[in-house]
Amino acid sequence: MLQQVEGSKAVAAAVAACRPQVVCAYPISPQTHIVEQISRLVKSGQLHCEYLNVDCETSALSGLIGASAVGARTYTATSSQGLLHMAEAVFNVAGLGLPVVMTVANRALGAPINIWNDHSDSMSQRDSGWVQLHASSNQAAADLHVLAFRLAETVSLPVMVCMDGFVLTHATERVDVPDAAAVDAYLPPFAPHERLDPDDPVSLGAMVGPEAFTEVRYVAHRRHQRVPEVLPALSDELAHVLGRPAPGLLEPYRLEDADTVVVALGSVVGTLQDVVDAARAAGHRVGVLGLALYRPFPADAVRGALAGASRVVVVERAFQTGVGGIVTDDVRRSLAPAVPALHTVVAGLGGRPVTRASLQAVVERAADLPDLTFLDLDDALLAREGALAAVERIGVPAEVAP
Amino acid sequence: MTTTDLGMPVKYYQVGSWAVGNRLLDPERRSGQSRLDRSNALTSGHRACRGCGEALGARYVLDAAMRATGGRMVTVNATGCLEVFSTPYPETSWRVPWLHSLFGNAPAVASGVAAGLRALGRDDVRVVAQGGDGGTVDIGMGALSGMFERDDDVLYVCYDNGGYMNTGVQRSGATPPAARTATTQVVGPEPGNVFGQGKDMARIAIAHDVRYVATASIADLRDLEEKVTRAMSFHGARYLHVLVPCPLGWGTESAATVRTARLAVESGFFPVIEAVEGEVTSVRRIRRRVPVEDYLVDQGRFAHLFKPVRRQEVIDHLQAIADRNIARYGLVEPVAALPSSAPPAPTAPPAPPVRPEVP
Repeated sequence: MLQQVEGSKAVAAAVAACRPQVVCAYPISPQTHIVEQISRLVKSGQLHCEYLNVDCETSALSGLIGASAVGARTYTATSSQGLLHMAEAVFNVAGLGLPVVMTVANRALGAPINIWNDHSDSMSQRDSGWVQLHASSNQAAADLHVLAFRLAETVSLPVMVCMDGFVLTHATERVDVPDAAAVDAYLPPFAPHERLDPDDPVSLGAMVGPEAFTEVRYVAHRRHQRVPEVLPALSDELAHVLGRPAPGLLEPYRLEDADTVVVALGSVVGTLQDVVDAARAAGHRVGVLGLALYRPFPADAVRGALAGASRVVVVERAFQTGVGGIVTDDVRRSLAPAVPALHTVVAGLGGRPVTRASLQAVVERAADLPDLTFLDLDDALLAREGALAAVERIGVPAEVAP
Repeated sequence: MTTTDLGMPVKYYQVGSWAVGNRLLDPERRSGQSRLDRSNALTSGHRACRGCGEALGARYVLDAAMRATGGRMVTVNATGCLEVFSTPYPETSWRVPWLHSLFGNAPAVASGVAAGLRALGRDDVRVVAQGGDGGTVDIGMGALSGMFERDDDVLYVCYDNGGYMNTGVQRSGATPPAARTATTQVVGPEPGNVFGQGKDMARIAIAHDVRYVATASIADLRDLEEKVTRAMSFHGARYLHVLVPCPLGWGTESAATVRTARLAVESGFFPVIEAVEGEVTSVRRIRRRVPVEDYLVDQGRFAHLFKPVRRQEVIDHLQAIADRNIARYGLVEPVAALPSSAPPAPTAPPAPPVRPEVP
């Protein structure tokens, strides 16, 4: 049903339509509105599920490990420090092959503590063995959750749905929230591959030594490689039951005859589409490639989408300190050996707005970009900090200094 | 406590010996392990050390839980010796549904198992979680406290061998004072573990007012079985703390595991108690009290208390811990002074044993 709704509530409604059987909740901004709304749906009887208020994020995801292992459909949401707190369990879920679905309301990692949006949290877990989907809008966020449960249970892998904290979670906009009837037609009840059952006892999570560990990881790799193969069909099927387009691997926009393509994840994709419209009107041949699937990286699809581009600019909301772009490396690897001119633009860290004006300059003067650009870098602030750093010691008594 | 038809308490031992008299009991009161049709939750072939107290304890606990539930149960295991020695790929010793996830999250995983089973309408299947003392009182304590506070339908069992034995005998929050471990070595002016307040997890559990808390040891397997049975008669959060000597970590003979556990109990150093909803409801009284020294003297981890010089003040300090347990729970009745408590001089010959030789 089309409604004016906050992103978190749209996601909560989409998750509820998927009929999760166990939800664990631990508060952290900016994901809290999602689990608050789910708790309301459970308490009021609109959603029948076990809802556990737990003691920390590790317990939140650990509770889902236990619930999923007995065959229940499971869901939680987190952000930032919470994702790092549960990191040990994040890898564990993937290793156990449990189809847990988790929202990550993307937020910066401290220090300095910062509650606003960037992608450093989910990027820190990009090699954890989870599938990572990124929402470019609240419509995409709602749809991706439905897709996530189906995908997770199809390939026996956990799926993380990333949506920009505050920018999406707290934004109210028009969303056609998938209704229960459509989701029921799309998502069959969870039928686990194996489960803990007294009638047929199995041991899960056994110790594996050097004689078989490589093979376990190889099998996981093969399973991940299936994701870009099965996702388009699952997306088409979702579009069919919803009667409208649904997100899939990529979100290409005006790529035809584009010589410069901007690649991005998350809500900045929408801003870039507006920027591209303006730039096209001014005669620039530019386009945007949004990535809905980030892990595993859909290398073949990206190569196909960028085949005509002579210049690629990757706008990233996280980076590898001391190195540069993260997504840029993925793009470079998927294009090798025919890599076009490739630029990284690090933008919107810790919630700094990524404005149309700044992106317009990036798109229209892409040829002038160095390999790595920090968008809207405040030179005056850097000069002040530089001056402070030049002082030998701050807050250290003279007698302590050598 | 089990009673006869006339209401007389049954004592599970023969007067004058330490032997447990299974044959003195009615068949239905005998240990499950003496029955041909016993369950075998942890079966043979695992890689535990010779004389492992944890393997013995876990088998009795899970077998008793299987009997109590008619086999309708799921087990969650924290990382540790028990997990490592029971499931080397591609084998498993478990004949119960068994899940291992991480070191510190077993209570939360177990809560999730219980929630999942409830959501699936399978409330008849019960949940038993287990871990060592490191996984329980240290790295898993937050999750355990959360499980207690939510009153999730889980029996959590801690097998306490007083240290991180799987990683090579390092100190945990449950390591006794003065004990030698790999991280509290016998060097410097105060060798061995520090004297702190430690973590008395059973009392911490009691403070959560959970349904049922008990301690037990592998020296009294019938008591252990009985407590598991009682624990499974409750729904909600329950905690069982089992003392399981570790020959490797404690520096004891493989054949001395049960005897060592018995001395821990009979000295009062390890109190055996039961509590329901925050109140202590019963204690296992000490049959024949022994000085703590009897418990310490054959353990390599306490050898530095006796040679090259006897460290009487440390022994006294450890005795004071046992005395406090005895006073706190009324473990001895009537309260009597220890025989032969006078400290001998460092050069004096060893004091004569105050207990009869154990057969």
